[in-house]
Amino acid sequence: MSVLVYLEAWEGKFKKNTWEAAYYASKTAEMLGTEAIGLCIGNLEEDASEAGQYGVNKVLHLQGDAFNNFDANAYGKAIAEVATAQSADTVIISGTFNGKALAPALSIHSDAALLTNVVALPESTSPFAVKRGVYSGKGFNILNSDAAKRVVNFVPNSLAPVAGEGSASVESIEASAGDVARVNVQEVDRVKGKIPLPEAERVVSAGRGLKGPENWGMIEELAEVLDAGTACSKPVSDMDWRPHSEHVGQTGIAIKPNLYIAVGISGAIQHLAGVSASKTIVVINKDPEAPFFKAADYGIVGDAFDVVPKLTEEIKKFKAAN
Amino acid sequence: MKVLVCISHVPDTTSKINFTADNSAFDKNGVQYVINPYDEFGLTRAVWLKEKQGASVTVLNVGGKDTEPTLRKALAIGADNAIRVDAEPSDAFFVAKQIAAVAQEGEFDLIIAGRESIDYNGGQVPGMVAALLQWPFVNACVGMEADGDNYNMIREIDGGKEKLSASLPFIIGGQKGLVEEKDLRIPNMRGIMQARSKPLEVKAPVEAANRTEPRLYSKPAPKSAVKMVDAENISDLVRMLHEDAKVL
Ligand SMILES: Cc1cc2nc3c(=O)[nH]c(=O)nc-3n(C[C@H](O)[C@H](O)[C@H](O)COP(=O)(O)OP(=O)(O)OC[C@H]3O[C@@H](n4cnc5c(N)ncnc54)[C@H](O)[C@@H]3O)c2cc1C
Ligand SMILES: Nc1ncnc2c1ncn2[C@@H]1O[C@H](COP(=O)(O)O)[C@@H](O)[C@H]1O
Repeated sequence: MSVLVYLEAWEGKFKKNTWEAAYYASKTAEMLGTEAIGLCIGNLEEDASEAGQYGVNKVLHLQGDAFNNFDANAYGKAIAEVATAQSADTVIISGTFNGKALAPALSIHSDAALLTNVVALPESTSPFAVKRGVYSGKGFNILNSDAAKRVVNFVPNSLAPVAGEGSASVESIEASAGDVARVNVQEVDRVKGKIPLPEAERVVSAGRGLKGPENWGMIEELAEVLDAGTACSKPVSDMDWRPHSEHVGQTGIAIKPNLYIAVGISGAIQHLAGVSASKTIVVINKDPEAPFFKAADYGIVGDAFDVVPKLTEEIKKFKAAN
Repeated sequence: MKVLVCISHVPDTTSKINFTADNSAFDKNGVQYVINPYDEFGLTRAVWLKEKQGASVTVLNVGGKDTEPTLRKALAIGADNAIRVDAEPSDAFFVAKQIAAVAQEGEFDLIIAGRESIDYNGGQVPGMVAALLQWPFVNACVGMEADGDNYNMIREIDGGKEKLSASLPFIIGGQKGLVEEKDLRIPNMRGIMQARSKPLEVKAPVEAANRTEPRLYSKPAPKSAVKMVDAENISDLVRMLHEDAKVL
């Protein structure tokens, strides 16, 4: 028995979220009384032994032409094969875009139960039970599975991984991607220097209250001093003021950063559905009756064009002093 | 070309969510049901394939009789016929087995599903169907253009986009971008009249075991009252974010 964790790398590099997955796996392995094994797929530019700091002692590295580009079935088949070889009955996958595409395929290829949208470490391991988000942030449920194997797909930023001492051994392995028809990736276009929303620890978001796309400079400045990602409400992306990938909410990306700052957003139920899991919410709105204040931890009634630049200045001062 | 559009039947986005007294199930009382918002984009995209390329469009739901108005709405939007697999959709694996069986039997070329259902937020069904059928899968698909039997697509990835192509048959998990919000079709009077006479076939489910069992439901803990900060004292906010919330 063991716990296998997919340590996803983006263009050869690991993200904070990768270590959250490693941590999830090693904690789950502790509960099961077994060890956690990491699996990296594709070319790496970084040293996977860092996984050792999060409790994973052994990392397997799978490379080959079949894995140069992502394909859900190809990755799913290969991970299923590695899981069998390692006698892993639990596989941990982070809820990134690729993770979400891959986990269902893996569950079929390895006859495992699939537990997705998981928001915490397992509640129990016999029976295997997890807490998951349902109804777009409006509820939770405990999902049990009696199946002999399971794939756990957790929501990024659900745990606060603690780095310890240790270094993992890294060894190359081989596995087959199968020979089924696959997608042909032509171009990967990742915005450089931007923090992907699902894993951002801080997010600055703005809505229709900003009046037009030309006013986003101050939002980006605030995001920059905070080392935050940027997001927006749905009408803002519908009007093409901002790219669709920034749209958060029930029909956009669901996020749970430590800090969510909402500027000029009214706080409609569908918007809240995607952001209410944030740890701390700050709302800036000129209307004291804006519904968002009811869901906020801190609120400022004021004009965004006045408040946001001041907030940026205050944070700069704070950073200079600390 | 035969296109299968998977439709999940979900509570309207404005619904208040409640659970039964023993918290063992969702309380359907007073809840309005709609086509899953992600599936609406896929349905309109499928209707375009019908209009531009002469595809036939079948909508499919795995659910009880109460989902039929949702399927009729999809027919009114422009699908040619509907299939309902008569079973409680209580587990994603079970639902995926049903969809894969319908796709195989009906010899479909393209399955359009949504990125996720807004009720259970599983995001599981389309990827499972892809693996069961061994078809290529494009999740979070935000663009799809046909070039013969080959389709050029765009999907979202962490921090960006990926351009890719696949040949029929394949399956996508779609969302906004497949068509834009303003292009979403809504039923008109003529569509509603026509939908009444379009075929809606009810099928018995194929055998499949559930792999998961939902237990206790709960709601998020209520938020404590908001702390208001004066717009003239923004340094107070920064201090509280540092000292109390510990997020700076
Ligand atoms: C099926 C469905 C799904 C949906 N999904 C989503 C979703 O996923 N995400 C989402 O965001 N929405 C979603 N919506 C839309 C949602 O209902 C709201 O319409 C939307 O969130 C409103 O966006 P907004 O707050 O930016 O704009 P508005 O509601 O127009 O609010 C603008 C706010 O800005 C404030 N303001 C104006 N000027 C200033 C200023 N100078 N300074 C400070 N404040 C100012 C106003 O007081 C107001 O509160 C969905 C709707 C439907 C029907
Ligand atoms: N009961 C169902 N009947 C038909 N299609 C479904 C059903 N459940 C899920 N789907 C499809 O699968 C997509 C993702 O759903 P889910 O995996 O439940 O989040 C939905 O957008 C639908 O297209």
